[in-house]
Amino acid sequence: MKSNKKALMLNRKDDIAVALSPLFPGDQVTVKNDTFCKQIDIKEAISFGHKFAVRPISKGEDILKYGEVIGMANSDIGEGCHVHVHNLEGKRGRGDKIDKN
Amino acid sequence: MTRIDEFELLGYRRPDGQVGIRNHVLILPTITCAAQTAKRISELVDGTTTFIHQHGCAQVGTDYEQTFRTYVGMGTNPNVYGVIVLGLGCETLQALKIADAIEKTGKPVEMISIQQFGSTLDAIAQGAKKAAQMVQEASLEKRTPFSFNELIVGTECGGSDACSGLSANPAVGEVSDMIVDRGGTSILAETTELIGAEHLLANRAADDHVAKRVYEVIHAMEQRSIKMGVDIRTGNPSPGNIEGGLSSLEEKSLGAAKKAGSRPLMELIDYAERPSKKGLVWMDTPGHDIEQLTGMTAGGAQIVLFTSGRGTPTGSPIVPTIKIATNTAMFERMNDNMDINAGTIIDGDETPKDVGIRILKEIALVCSGKKTKAEILKQHDFGIWRIGPTF
Repeated sequence: MKSNKKALMLNRKDDIAVALSPLFPGDQVTVKNDTFCKQIDIKEAISFGHKFAVRPISKGEDILKYGEVIGMANSDIGEGCHVHVHNLEGKRGRGDKIDKN
Repeated sequence: MTRIDEFELLGYRRPDGQVGIRNHVLILPTITCAAQTAKRISELVDGTTTFIHQHGCAQVGTDYEQTFRTYVGMGTNPNVYGVIVLGLGCETLQALKIADAIEKTGKPVEMISIQQFGSTLDAIAQGAKKAAQMVQEASLEKRTPFSFNELIVGTECGGSDACSGLSANPAVGEVSDMIVDRGGTSILAETTELIGAEHLLANRAADDHVAKRVYEVIHAMEQRSIKMGVDIRTGNPSPGNIEGGLSSLEEKSLGAAKKAGSRPLMELIDYAERPSKKGLVWMDTPGHDIEQLTGMTAGGAQIVLFTSGRGTPTGSPIVPTIKIATNTAMFERMNDNMDINAGTIIDGDETPKDVGIRILKEIALVCSGKKTKAEILKQHDFGIWRIGPTF
């Protein structure tokens, strides 16, 4: 992790990267790890520590971080867009999803 | 730099052979009705410690047993020289039974019952006299060298942010591996915050039984929220976690699991239970910071490593808690509370291994007497994981 890098992608399978400094629409960020390198156009403001999509994600798809599932997209998410509680749903501990009958 | 294996640890050898890194006289109220009396005794006598709680009566079954085990574990923790057990008299959890269980370690134990001794003021007078004598005896104890293989280190994260899984938790994972490689014990806890990461731990289980237990405790914890008919996200991740960039419990869990390093999972133990194996062990606790800290303390941990992104003051009345910041901004803002900065990993200045070595060095210093920030601020937090209703 170099201090001049603004985002971190933890695993080549990941759908998101983590902003290591605040990012703004119009910023261009190079996201890379051992086998992946891509320039992402940031579309929305991303706070420090928050996530953005490194590729387009479709509604219903699993979202991966650390190479593992952290939840599911509940709407289509464009590359460079903020990924957070408004468009990512946890899949575990979902008592609200249980059929009450 | 000093070689890790040259770090010197100096602690107090107890009658049962364990080593404490503090030398407290604990005023242990085994019922909420005695907690204020315990507090007053502790205020009168320097060298004592105590805590406030709201339990000890009208409890049954496994909930009774868990609370009983927690009180006994606080008393038997090797950081405690001796204990004044303080009861009321008529309560469900009887002080005498708890005192008897603690006494088996061979450490000094006295029992005070408010009803039996006359009244609050009589209990304070008697308790303070016994405590004063015990503190003077404790003050004669001397620190002697001990080894990492005699340490039980608790690990915990609280007030997590998106940096937790990138900086402080991987650094603690490095420490966990270093402790385990030196024959010591590292406790992973907070079952709630391992939901979504359980497969990674089960794959490292020492045998099939441990792997099966991993899935059992995760299932039981997840079912608690499912039975309430709610999305667990209404309580965990918390609003502060979400503001810090964590979007789901699974994401938080995958970051939390980094504290467990990479060594095999030897055992899965109940809340406030003492590990029977060395190496990495998992204690079944909730994610609630203070209930988890209390469980690990009662399980015999002499020291706890506590990572935080949002910043938290939490500490224990008997166990030093080394606070590790996940980001430099919070470390600087909450410097009164934080002992170590792991934000240097985010800044690109250090690796998790570098920070892990710094933490191990701090463990050696704290074990030998250096006070942590939470100790200096008298952050004497205590909370029992209740698993049944009050009757």
